[in-house]
Amino acid sequence: MAETVGFWIVAVVLLASSLAVVLTPNLFHAVLFLAAVLVATGVVFLLLEAPFLFGVQLLLYAGGVVTILVFAIMLTERLVGQRIVQASRFVVNGALVATAVFVGIVGFLVRRPGDALRLPAVGDSTAAVGAALVGPFAVPFELLGVLLVAALLGAIYFARTED
Amino acid sequence: MPLTAYLVLAALVFAIGLFGVLTRRNAVGILLGIELMLNAVNINLAAFARFHADVVGLVFALFTIAITVAEVGLGLAIVIVIFRVRRTIDADHLTLLRG
Repeated sequence: MAETVGFWIVAVVLLASSLAVVLTPNLFHAVLFLAAVLVATGVVFLLLEAPFLFGVQLLLYAGGVVTILVFAIMLTERLVGQRIVQASRFVVNGALVATAVFVGIVGFLVRRPGDALRLPAVGDSTAAVGAALVGPFAVPFELLGVLLVAALLGAIYFARTED
Repeated sequence: MPLTAYLVLAALVFAIGLFGVLTRRNAVGILLGIELMLNAVNINLAAFARFHADVVGLVFALFTIAITVAEVGLGLAIVIVIFRVRRTIDADHLTLLRG
């Protein structure tokens, strides 16, 4: 029961913030609404009994990604010397394509045989995730480290000054 | 709530993000739309992991989050470099590669 009420509240917050992200003319406000979307997504993870994912979501997304997005906007906005208020284009076409994709996904969902039952929890999912990361997923996990180093080096390469 | 409720919620967020990618003029705005779409996928992964009592979905969601962070870092670095060179991040004016 509590899960149902929580789901509807989070769903409304998530959808309203998502619409605000794509519709608000001020880009800085869009980033703030994106932070709300990311936190609401974290609460959805909590409803799905994945507290570790909730922590990662808050630390990496709401903490890290939003911060560097704000930095990027501040840098470009200050250099332009005008407020980043931007109009949208192709609104009707974009809405048509997005609606078509949504209808396609939902059409696929309703043709799915039966709704999956919520199986009893497997105990503490955090411990299971940790065991999986160093067990069957050890090699992808290490490759992820390589990817992060490569991304870091690439960002430094782009951001360096010419001399 | 049934699994379908979570999947429809994720589909809605995905469609909204797609709308943002298609309609935003600003390159940072397009990146915001991509963020929304990636988040919708994470909701799907976590929902399937819970309803099938399988931890692999959570591991996949973790990988997605890490890769997304790398993507955002590089994407914003590219945006700033483009701004330095072209003095604009309006996607309509970035036509250097147009044939």
